[in-house]
Amino acid sequence: MSPASRNGVLSGEFFMLGDIACAEGAICAGCRFFAGYPITPATEVAQRMSERLPLVGGIYIQMEDEMASMNAVLGASWAGVKAMTATSGPGFSLMMENLGLGVMMETPCVLVNVQRGGPSTGLPTLVGQGDMMQARWGSHGDYAIIALSPSSPQELFDLTIHAFNLSETYRAPVLVMTDAEVGHMTEKVVIPPVEEIEVIGRRKPTVPPEEYLPYRVEPGELVPPMAVAGEGYRIHTTGLTHDERGYPATADDTAQWPLVQRLVDKIEKNKDKIIMLEEDGLDDAEVAVVSYGIAARTAIWPVQMARQEGIRVGMLRLVTVWPFPDEEIRDLAGRVEGIVVPEINLGQIVREVERCAAGRTEVLSVPHPGGGIHDPQAVLRAIRRAAGRKAEA
Amino acid sequence: MERLEIRLSGFGGQGIVRSGEIIGKAAVLYDGRYATFTQSYGPESRGGAAAAQVAIANDPVELSYPHVIDPSILVVMSQGAYNKYVPGFRRDGLLIVDESLVELDEAADGVEVLGIPATRIAEELGRRIVANVVMLGFLAAVTDIVSPEALRKAVLDSVPKGTEELNARAFEVGFEYGEGVKRETSYDT
Amino acid sequence: MELKTDGYRLDRTLETHAEAEGLRGEIHGRHPMDDLLRTDRLPHIWCPGCGLGTALTCFLSALLRSGLDLDKVAVVSGIGCTGRVAGYVRLDSFHTTHGRAIPFATGLKLGNPELKVVVFSGDGDLVTIGGNHFIHAARRNMDMTVICVNNFNYGMTGGQAGATTPVGGITTTSPYGNYEYPFSISALAAASGAVYVARWTVLHARRLERSIVEALLKPGFSLVEVIAPCPTGFGRRNRLRQGLDAMHYYHEHGVIQHGADPVKTDIELEGPVIEGKFVDGEKPTFLEQYRRQLDRLRGA
Ligand SMILES: Cc1ncc(C[n+]2csc(CCOP(=O)(O)OP(=O)(O)O)c2C)c(N)n1
Ligand code: SF4
Repeated sequence: MSPASRNGVLSGEFFMLGDIACAEGAICAGCRFFAGYPITPATEVAQRMSERLPLVGGIYIQMEDEMASMNAVLGASWAGVKAMTATSGPGFSLMMENLGLGVMMETPCVLVNVQRGGPSTGLPTLVGQGDMMQARWGSHGDYAIIALSPSSPQELFDLTIHAFNLSETYRAPVLVMTDAEVGHMTEKVVIPPVEEIEVIGRRKPTVPPEEYLPYRVEPGELVPPMAVAGEGYRIHTTGLTHDERGYPATADDTAQWPLVQRLVDKIEKNKDKIIMLEEDGLDDAEVAVVSYGIAARTAIWPVQMARQEGIRVGMLRLVTVWPFPDEEIRDLAGRVEGIVVPEINLGQIVREVERCAAGRTEVLSVPHPGGGIHDPQAVLRAIRRAAGRKAEA
Repeated sequence: MERLEIRLSGFGGQGIVRSGEIIGKAAVLYDGRYATFTQSYGPESRGGAAAAQVAIANDPVELSYPHVIDPSILVVMSQGAYNKYVPGFRRDGLLIVDESLVELDEAADGVEVLGIPATRIAEELGRRIVANVVMLGFLAAVTDIVSPEALRKAVLDSVPKGTEELNARAFEVGFEYGEGVKRETSYDT
Repeated sequence: MELKTDGYRLDRTLETHAEAEGLRGEIHGRHPMDDLLRTDRLPHIWCPGCGLGTALTCFLSALLRSGLDLDKVAVVSGIGCTGRVAGYVRLDSFHTTHGRAIPFATGLKLGNPELKVVVFSGDGDLVTIGGNHFIHAARRNMDMTVICVNNFNYGMTGGQAGATTPVGGITTTSPYGNYEYPFSISALAAASGAVYVARWTVLHARRLERSIVEALLKPGFSLVEVIAPCPTGFGRRNRLRQGLDAMHYYHEHGVIQHGADPVKTDIELEGPVIEGKFVDGEKPTFLEQYRRQLDRLRGA
C-alpha cells in the first residue's frame, strides 16, 4: 500500500480485489462512515473499511445486523457524514425496511449489494444477479431508486464514487448492484490523483433556521437543500408522510400526492442526467444484446463470435439499471430484429426490456439461475436465434 | 484468443492463492499487460483444497470471460489437487509439480511434466511456508507467463515486511533450480 | 391527476402555521416550555390520563437543567405513542422506524460526536422489536441516553401484549391473560453493560427529572426507564381505568430502592414497583475506546 494522500486517496495503479476497490472508491468519494455486518461475498468491503477508515478520520462499526447497519448509515448521513454499507442477498433483504426510510427522509447514502445466488442463504460464495427487482421494488410503497451495475473491479471503484455523487445530488440512497464475480475478482485498478476525482457535496440551505422548511423545493426544483443535526436548524424528519416542515401529515392525501410524486419525479425526471449506457456496434445491428454487470461482460465473446459468423450484433450495457432506460430500449426495439438479454437470474431485467419493446421486436432471455456465469455458447445460440439463423446442432 | 491461462492448486495454508495474485500482479504492474485473478472461495477453500486461477492477455477484451477455462499451465502442490485437476488437464499443457508432495501416476501420461521439490527446498531454507515462492521462482525460469523480473518484483512487494530477504532467496533458489531443469530437459531432447 | 411542478409544494405551510401558532399563543398564552416544543404541532395525540405528557415534561426540564447546548442535542424516536416525542420537541429530531431508533442514533452520534443523542421511545419499540439493538448499544457503551417509557403494552396499535407485559396482564392479544415471562428493562440494560440505569414512575416526576439530568450528563450508555400509565391500552383492562388509578397504584406500590440488584426488579401484576437508581458506574465509552485505539495506532 503506497502512502495515502492527506485526504486518504491511494492514487496509483493496483492489482486489486473488486470489493477492496469498492472500499477505496468510497474513501475517494469522501465516505467516512461505514456500518455493516459480515456476509460473503461482501465481507472484504467491510474489512477494508475497518482498516482504512480509522486512518482517514472516519469510523467503522460492525453492527448487530443489517437492519441496524442501514439505520446507522442513515443516522450518520443526518449527522452530515457520507456513509455506506455493503452486504449480500440475506442482508439486503434486512436492509429493505430502512432503505425505505432513507428514501422517505431523503437521505444520501450508498448501499452496495455484492450479489450471490439465492433465494435465502442460497449460494454464499457464488455469483447471482437475482436481486435486481428487489433493488427496484424491495421496500414497500411507491418510490424510485438509482442502481448501478459494474462489470469489473475498476468500474466498481468508479461507480462507487459516482454512487456517492448521485446520492448527494438527488438526496437519495443509491444502490451499487455488483456481484460475487466482480467483487471477488482481482484486476488492474487505477486510482487517479485526487484532483482528477469529481466529488459532489451536499447542497445546504442558504436561509436562516426560521425560514427553513426541510422539504420545500423551489419552483422548478425537485431536491430540497439539506440541513443536518447540530447546525442549529432544529430539523424534524420522519418516515411518516410529511409536509414541507417535515411534520407528519397523515390524515389524508394532501401531503401524500406532492411528496411521493416528488420522490419519484426527482429521479424519473432526471433520467437523462442519471442514466449511463455503454453502446458497441449498434448502428447497423440486426440483433442487440442488452445486459449489465458481469453478464454483460461475459457476453462480449459471444458477440464477437457471432460477428465472425456474419451476424450484425451490437451491445447495449446498462451501467445504470435503475431508473430503467425506457426510451433507449424502445428506440432500439424499433431498429433491430431481436434483443437478447443474458442475466444471472431466471429473467428479471428481460421483463423491463419486453415492456419497453412492447412487441416491436423479439426479446430472448438467456437465463442462468446463479452459481456461475453464462456459457458463451448459450449466449451465442440466442444471438443466432434472434438473427433468424438456424440453431446449430 | 490471445490469452494465457494458469491454474495453481494445493492445500490451504500453502500460499497458493497468494501465488496466483502475485503472478497477476507481475503481469499487470510490471509487465504492463492485463490479468484477471480468481480464487476458489467457500467450503472448497476451507482447510482442504486451494486453487487460484490467472488469465493474462495483452488486450482486456480477451479477459471479458473472467474464468480460466482450459489452462495451459497447471501447478500442483498436493496429491489431492493432483487427483482433482490432472485427469482433466489438456495433454499439450505443462504440468508443474512439487516433487516433495506429489507422486505422478498414469493420470499424467502424455503430459509434459516438470518437477521441483519446492517444499523440501523451503524447509532447507528454514521456512516451509516459502515453498510457494520457491515454486514461483521455478515458474519464472521454466515458463514465460510473466517476465522473471516482473515476478521477482511482485514477490517482493507482496510478502510481509521483514521477510523480504528470505523470500528473495527462496525465489532465487527456485529460479536456479528451474534454469538447471531447463538445461537438463534440453539435453534430453 | 397530473401534477404541475408547483404541485410539489404544499403552498404557504410556513405562513399558515406561523398564523396558527400566533393564534394558539393568543388563546392559551405562552408556556415556559414553549421554546422546547414545536407548538405548531400541538395539541398532541396522547389520550387523557396518559403518562407520556409527564415523561416529556420531565425530559424537557431535565434538558434545561442539564445546561447542554440545545443546538447540539438530537432526539431519536422509533414508532409508537412514545415515539411521537421526536415530533414534539423543538430540537433536531428524528422519527425513524419501529425498533430502529438506537442504531439510527448510533450513526448520528458517530457521525458527529459533538452531538448529545437521546433516544426517546416505548418499551415495545426499544426492547421487543428493537431488543437486539438495545442490548448491543449497551454492550458497546455507546454514547447515548435512552429514555424508555414502559407502559406494559403496545399503546399505539391498540393495547397488544409485548415483551414487558406482566404475567396475567390482559391485553387485546392476551385476552385471557398473558402467560409469557416479561423482561425487566432495567435488568436487561444493566446486564448488557449500561453504565447508568434508573427507573421511576411518572408519579415521582422530580426524581425522574433528576435521573434524566444525571443520565444526560453521563458519558456512555445510560438508561432511564419511565413507568407510565396507558389507560387506553393497558390500564382499563387491568383495573387501572383512569390515569389517576395508575398514579394511586404507583403511590401504594412504588418502592424506592437505590442500588437495588437490577435482577430483582421484575414488575409483576399487582406487585411492588421497585424504583430508584440501580446502576451508576464508570467505563470508557465506545468513542473513548475508539480514540484510545487511534492513539495507539498513531503511536505505533
Ligand atoms: C415493522 C413494524 N411492525 C409493526 C408496526 C406497528 N406498530 C406501531 S407502534 C407499535 C407498538 C409500539 O409500542 P411501544 O413501543 O410500547 O409504544 P407505545 O405506543 O406503547 O408508546 C407497533 C407494533 C410498525 N410500525 N412497524
Ligand atoms: S394509547 Fe396509551 S400510550 Fe398511547 S397515548 Fe393513549 S394512553 Fe398514551
